[in-house]
Amino acid sequence: MTRTPRRKAYGVKSAPYVFLVPATLLFLLFFALPIGYAVYLSFRRTEVAGLGLGKGARQEIWAGVANYADALSDSELLDGALRILGYGAIVVPVMLGLALLFALLLDTDGLRARGFSRLAIFLPYAIPGVIAALMWGFLYLPDVSPFLYLLDAAGLPRPDLLDGGPLYLSLANIAVWGGTGFNMIVIYTSLRAIPAEVFEAARIDGCSQLQIALRIKIPMVAPSLILTFFFSIIATLQVFSEPTTLKPLTNSLSTTWSPLMKVYQDAFVNNDIHAAAAQAVIIALATLALSFGFLKAANSRTKQGDSR
Amino acid sequence: MSTPSLTAPGRRRLPLVPTAALLLGALYCLLPVVWVLVASTKSGSELFSTFTFLPGSGFTDNVADLTEYRDGVYWRWMANSAFYAGAGALLSTAVSAVSGYALAVYRFRGRETVFNILLAGVLMPPVILAVPQYLLLAQADMTDSYLSVLLPLILSPYGVYLARIYASAAVPADVIEAGRMDGGGEWRIFRTIALPMMLPGLVTVFLFQFVAVWNNFLLPYIMLGDDEKFPVTLGLYTLLQQGSNTPALYTLVITGALLAIIPLIALFLVIQRFWSLDLLSGAVKS
Repeated sequence: MTRTPRRKAYGVKSAPYVFLVPATLLFLLFFALPIGYAVYLSFRRTEVAGLGLGKGARQEIWAGVANYADALSDSELLDGALRILGYGAIVVPVMLGLALLFALLLDTDGLRARGFSRLAIFLPYAIPGVIAALMWGFLYLPDVSPFLYLLDAAGLPRPDLLDGGPLYLSLANIAVWGGTGFNMIVIYTSLRAIPAEVFEAARIDGCSQLQIALRIKIPMVAPSLILTFFFSIIATLQVFSEPTTLKPLTNSLSTTWSPLMKVYQDAFVNNDIHAAAAQAVIIALATLALSFGFLKAANSRTKQGDSR
Repeated sequence: MSTPSLTAPGRRRLPLVPTAALLLGALYCLLPVVWVLVASTKSGSELFSTFTFLPGSGFTDNVADLTEYRDGVYWRWMANSAFYAGAGALLSTAVSAVSGYALAVYRFRGRETVFNILLAGVLMPPVILAVPQYLLLAQADMTDSYLSVLLPLILSPYGVYLARIYASAAVPADVIEAGRMDGGGEWRIFRTIALPMMLPGLVTVFLFQFVAVWNNFLLPYIMLGDDEKFPVTLGLYTLLQQGSNTPALYTLVITGALLAIIPLIALFLVIQRFWSLDLLSGAVKS
């Protein structure tokens, strides 16, 4: 490709740069500039002179790392971070475990209702998180919930699904419900890409379906497992719309339940954009550190060739 | 092929356990959808008094109430969502196509750098983007407008990524060479030769982006104040919030949720046949 014939090939040199103008422009305006602005804001603070009334009474000054120091010692943010780690420790393994299990099951010979199951499990992907949280929220609500109704009918105690420990499970369930299908499809698609001869050989050697799944299929889809893990970590740490939607249904969800909710609260309710900016930067860095840390750890174990 | 044959005795039994386990998974995934379908048929009093999965008698009333609610603001939200998702996905696909093509086909200085920087965008938590995006748009006096929700979502790093992968797989280098030999300009070659070849991949990008924009909550939540411009997700959220004081609104929320997911499910059922999922695995492998 590099040795393009000079003849008639006008514009070849500049074409890629021209083609990339829209993306570059949008990137600068809506990614680079906001990130830079957030970092800038995070090092500033508002100084209020006197009573803070009138023009010029409030001005922005450099704050150094004060906002970061505040954020790191802010118990609301730390509590939120701990909550989200607990939540993520449920969501990510359960969701990806189910996704892998379903993908392997879908790949079973002679399976019935394959198309239906695949479609039904993938369906939640099409449903907005807000609406998913809303639907599950009603299913958790004591007066409506069929689960509680059945427990009651069986004479068992009715746990409050929107409080305490069960609340974590209830929130995790929404994420698992919404994300399993998509990840299943990603894993299933890469399972389908494994050449059939690989299994034939194993089958002739007398391997059972289970052995084939454990010894051949799982190692061969490891790259897609790593990728789904990577993106699931990022998505989980950013949970916002589900707890925000459930909030009207319960008093146990504070306005600062997840770190992102805390950022929103500080930026738009408390009007402290500087604190919010510092927190956002910290969350972004923590997210990147965690997800790339995972990727590095995983990649040192599996090395997969580049496919271009 | 899938019938249990007798040729390989013992091995090719009907896999009952996997089938049952998957059907159980399917049931779990369909449960809330079935519930919302049933619940939307219940009148306000039936909702809290009858068994959850017992259909009620008020579906048409509920739809009529929802349509009447504040002069049909619900349908306005639906139209807004369709606009945000449709226009956003279309613009996004166009940008992804032209960028992915450039990154796949040309060799130029800084290619990988540009690609990696664009890709890093996918890792940015939306909040570190959305809050300053709001503040910056506020300075341009552009918040609380259709554009404030539309513009930040046009560049999709994932879309560029998919388009690049698809272009390098679907557009052979010699076809482009041949186009150049025929004296076609680079833009013409892209539009008339490469674009049709990339179309199946671009459909995937469009659908991904459509779902992503339709499902987005954080950005409109931050940007918009005037509920005439709300997408349906944000509209339903505000309705639910008011519902905690007036439970009568709950039936409206539930009916609204059902009507909001019907177009997406319909779209999903139609497109999953064309959806090139192989693209996904290709994306996963590199």
